[in-house]
Amino acid sequence: MHELPVTQGILSVALEAAQRNGARRITTINLTIGDLASIVDDSVQFYFDILSKGTIAEGAVLCFRRQPALATCVDCGHQFPISAPLTATCSACGGTRLHISGGREFFVESIEVDDEDRGSAGDFERE
Amino acid sequence: MKIEVAQGILSANDQIAAENRATFDAAGAFVLNLMASPGAGKTSLILSTVEQLPGEVHPAVIEGDLASSIDADTIAARGIPVVQINTGGSCHLDAPMIRTALASFPLDGIGLLFIENVGNLVCTANFALGAHLSVVVASVPEGHDKPYKYPGMFARADVVVLNKADLLEAFEFDLDFFRRGLEMVNPDAPLLPISCRTGEGVEGWVAWLLARLH
Repeated sequence: MHELPVTQGILSVALEAAQRNGARRITTINLTIGDLASIVDDSVQFYFDILSKGTIAEGAVLCFRRQPALATCVDCGHQFPISAPLTATCSACGGTRLHISGGREFFVESIEVDDEDRGSAGDFERE
Repeated sequence: MKIEVAQGILSANDQIAAENRATFDAAGAFVLNLMASPGAGKTSLILSTVEQLPGEVHPAVIEGDLASSIDADTIAARGIPVVQINTGGSCHLDAPMIRTALASFPLDGIGLLFIENVGNLVCTANFALGAHLSVVVASVPEGHDKPYKYPGMFARADVVVLNKADLLEAFEFDLDFFRRGLEMVNPDAPLLPISCRTGEGVEGWVAWLLARLH
């Protein structure tokens, strides 16, 4: 259960990015998570709702873009998406030697922020 | 407004891991991160390895466990410098824990530092510590399907040591199936079957390791 520190990581990356850009509120956090990265979406959202309370990310929606892993058959070259537990057999030729690539992505892609009062008047800019 | 971030979720941990690496390099210590399920034989591998190290390579150990100092006591009884990290409930070591441990654990003269991670085939894979080598210790009784079930862990290994290889037959362990699973996610990691109990294969592992040290 490493979703707690993972969620803390998501929150701090998002808050830093928002701060760098002078944003007032984070509405959405777009995440790219590989299918082999062992992260449970629901669990992350659960922790996020608790951890983000009182921050400018409170109430933000986490959007998970799942990135599948790709299997390539060594024998016939056939490629197909694959997730854990991995299969040992090519879905085209039945070959038993596969190579897996991708599926381990694990990053904050972007955040969507609400900055409507930003720049409207210098007076409103916070330090 | 959308702000592009493209930053790793654990980048704060990765940053401290890089600082740990700099500390290791400055001290001239080569560092292994040992990851495995509970009971695979991480502590046994450390003890078997140390027995065969040449005299000039001084070892030390950082022990990570949820609780207890059982492993650290075993290591200390052999006269090996050891520091215990109890993670409380946490299922893995992270880079800040290592940094804290290093503050009270001078690396002077240490040539080879083993970091024994918490027994766990999932979480430990995500948290870089700053080690030079990720060593995954699998063991025969766990079954030959582990690379298929825990691809994230096996993909991260620089080397896979398969312990309890004296039990291959008793457990009807299909070594070829295991090897294919490993090659699927990690074609570069060597697979070294050993037995800490009988000593079989340990010499080869130590030779492989020492070649990385120089």
